[in-house]
Amino acid sequence: MATIADDPASPKGRPEGELRPLGRRRSGEAASVGRSRPTPWDVRSQRVVFGVLTAIAVVFLVGPTIIVLLTSFTATESLRFPPRGYSLRWYRALLDADQMQAAAWNSLIVAFWTTLASVVLGTAAALGVAGSRTRFARIADVLFMSPLVLPALAFGFAALVYIHLLGFHPSIPLLVVGHVVVCVPFVLRTTLAALAQVDRALFDASASLGAGRFMTFRRVTLPLIARGVGAGAFLAFMASFDNVPVSLFLADERTEVLPIHLWQQIDTNLDVRTAAISGVIIVVTIALMVLAERFAGLSRQLSR
Amino acid sequence: MRRGNSSPTLLPVSDEWPLALPLAALFVVCFVAPFFVLLALSLHADADMMTFSAAQYAKFFGDAFNLSILWSTLWLAVRATLVCLVFGYPIAWVCSRAPARWQSALVFVVVLPILTSVVVRTFAWIVILGREGVMNDVLRALRIVDEPVPLLFTETGVIAVLAQVQMPLMVLPLFATLSRIDPNLGDASAALGAGAWRTFFRVTLPLSAPGLVAGCILVFSACATAFVTQTLIGGARLVYMPLHIYQQAIGANNWPFAATISVVFTVAVMIVLYALNRAGRMSKAYGDDR
Repeated sequence: MATIADDPASPKGRPEGELRPLGRRRSGEAASVGRSRPTPWDVRSQRVVFGVLTAIAVVFLVGPTIIVLLTSFTATESLRFPPRGYSLRWYRALLDADQMQAAAWNSLIVAFWTTLASVVLGTAAALGVAGSRTRFARIADVLFMSPLVLPALAFGFAALVYIHLLGFHPSIPLLVVGHVVVCVPFVLRTTLAALAQVDRALFDASASLGAGRFMTFRRVTLPLIARGVGAGAFLAFMASFDNVPVSLFLADERTEVLPIHLWQQIDTNLDVRTAAISGVIIVVTIALMVLAERFAGLSRQLSR
Repeated sequence: MRRGNSSPTLLPVSDEWPLALPLAALFVVCFVAPFFVLLALSLHADADMMTFSAAQYAKFFGDAFNLSILWSTLWLAVRATLVCLVFGYPIAWVCSRAPARWQSALVFVVVLPILTSVVVRTFAWIVILGREGVMNDVLRALRIVDEPVPLLFTETGVIAVLAQVQMPLMVLPLFATLSRIDPNLGDASAALGAGAWRTFFRVTLPLSAPGLVAGCILVFSACATAFVTQTLIGGARLVYMPLHIYQQAIGANNWPFAATISVVFTVAVMIVLYALNRAGRMSKAYGDDR
């Protein structure tokens, strides 16, 4: 404990408890108990404060989802929670909601093509940017990530003005292009994270064993980054399926997508079918998350 | 994990940058070009872009109403970001110290809201915050209020919902940085006599600054531009920049002015992000200095 002397605030010879000014101020005499006890007050208080805040936050995060899920099974016509009596009537009502089904179908088509294009373009770009030290690569990296942080609604409107100027009309392919711009950063991010962990010696080994560029990519690079690409694809799909700011401007009545349809429905006449479709979306999302966790290690991909 | 350190070559050829060209081309044609068109449109008096003028900007900055919308949007995002920080930091902290099994469960819980459709999440809050909603039931049961209080269509409501909807964007980068901090540093701090709180504020918090800044950047920009949450929870009375753009573009059909609002909003957000980014770089230089 020679280092104690280095701290000007704690001259040699003071009892241990004295070395914690913050502790003393907060707890008074409790500090004199010292560090010899298994869990001193400060460690315990920290655990309690962070634990309580975490508990509140977890309830805050999960609560709404559970409430809307339970409400969707209501037997009545009101959105009250807890519902008085449960039934599947609103889920059955979804079977007749033609407009909603058409919108959901459009959303799935757009999300599918968006994901496909994002994975191809995003993975290729990640391979190009990660290996490169050039100015181009650095600028490209910033550019490719900017849709994540710039106001998406401004981009949506800009895209509308742009296609109007070029003489196009809203259509599914144009909607897909708009979605790719805002969804590709997810693929890029997870793929770059995966690439950063790949040992370059493996490529040299592959080359020295006589594999060509494509062979190395297919047999070495791709298997190593597959989970990163998979997680990115999943995120891009969800982001496209959920997109409002771009679809708001690039979709018309014919190409209406589900989030826009729901947004308008909630804004004008709230009905319980919205809760039922929400229930479907929640269940499908959880199922897809479990799959993404199983095959792409989603939670690890997202937390690095 | 940190990119660029070892600069991995992906194929046995030194530089693979041409692989980024297709996406770069897409971005130039479909992302950069639209923004330039938007900028050009904002500098014209009419939608056909015949007469060049700065009148739209004079109109925007000459009207206190527009400025108050800009200000309230940025201020809204700042407050929602702070709420995310207060609750998001503890989750990330607990997460980084939890055993592996709990870790993925917690991350799962955190990620669930961000992957569930934003319309669905916001809709859930309408059920909760309405006059007959759960929140008013709870408040009355606890005798905090006697009569149902308005929560929907209030700024407090919007902040609470934004915080819930965007919280994962704060937790994930924080968790990533927190779990990279060498646990020995905490032990060293304790061995030198610092208490748990002192260690937290003097060691853990500064070292997690890069993740904190990354989280703030993501949450701030998401909250500022959260059209769905702002319109559904805020209602028609609380107008923020995204709704303002939408109303001018689609409702009033005044494209040049909508373009001006979009440009001003985008630039304002970029300025805030630039400031945050600088703060992040400074803290990173501090954090890497070991």
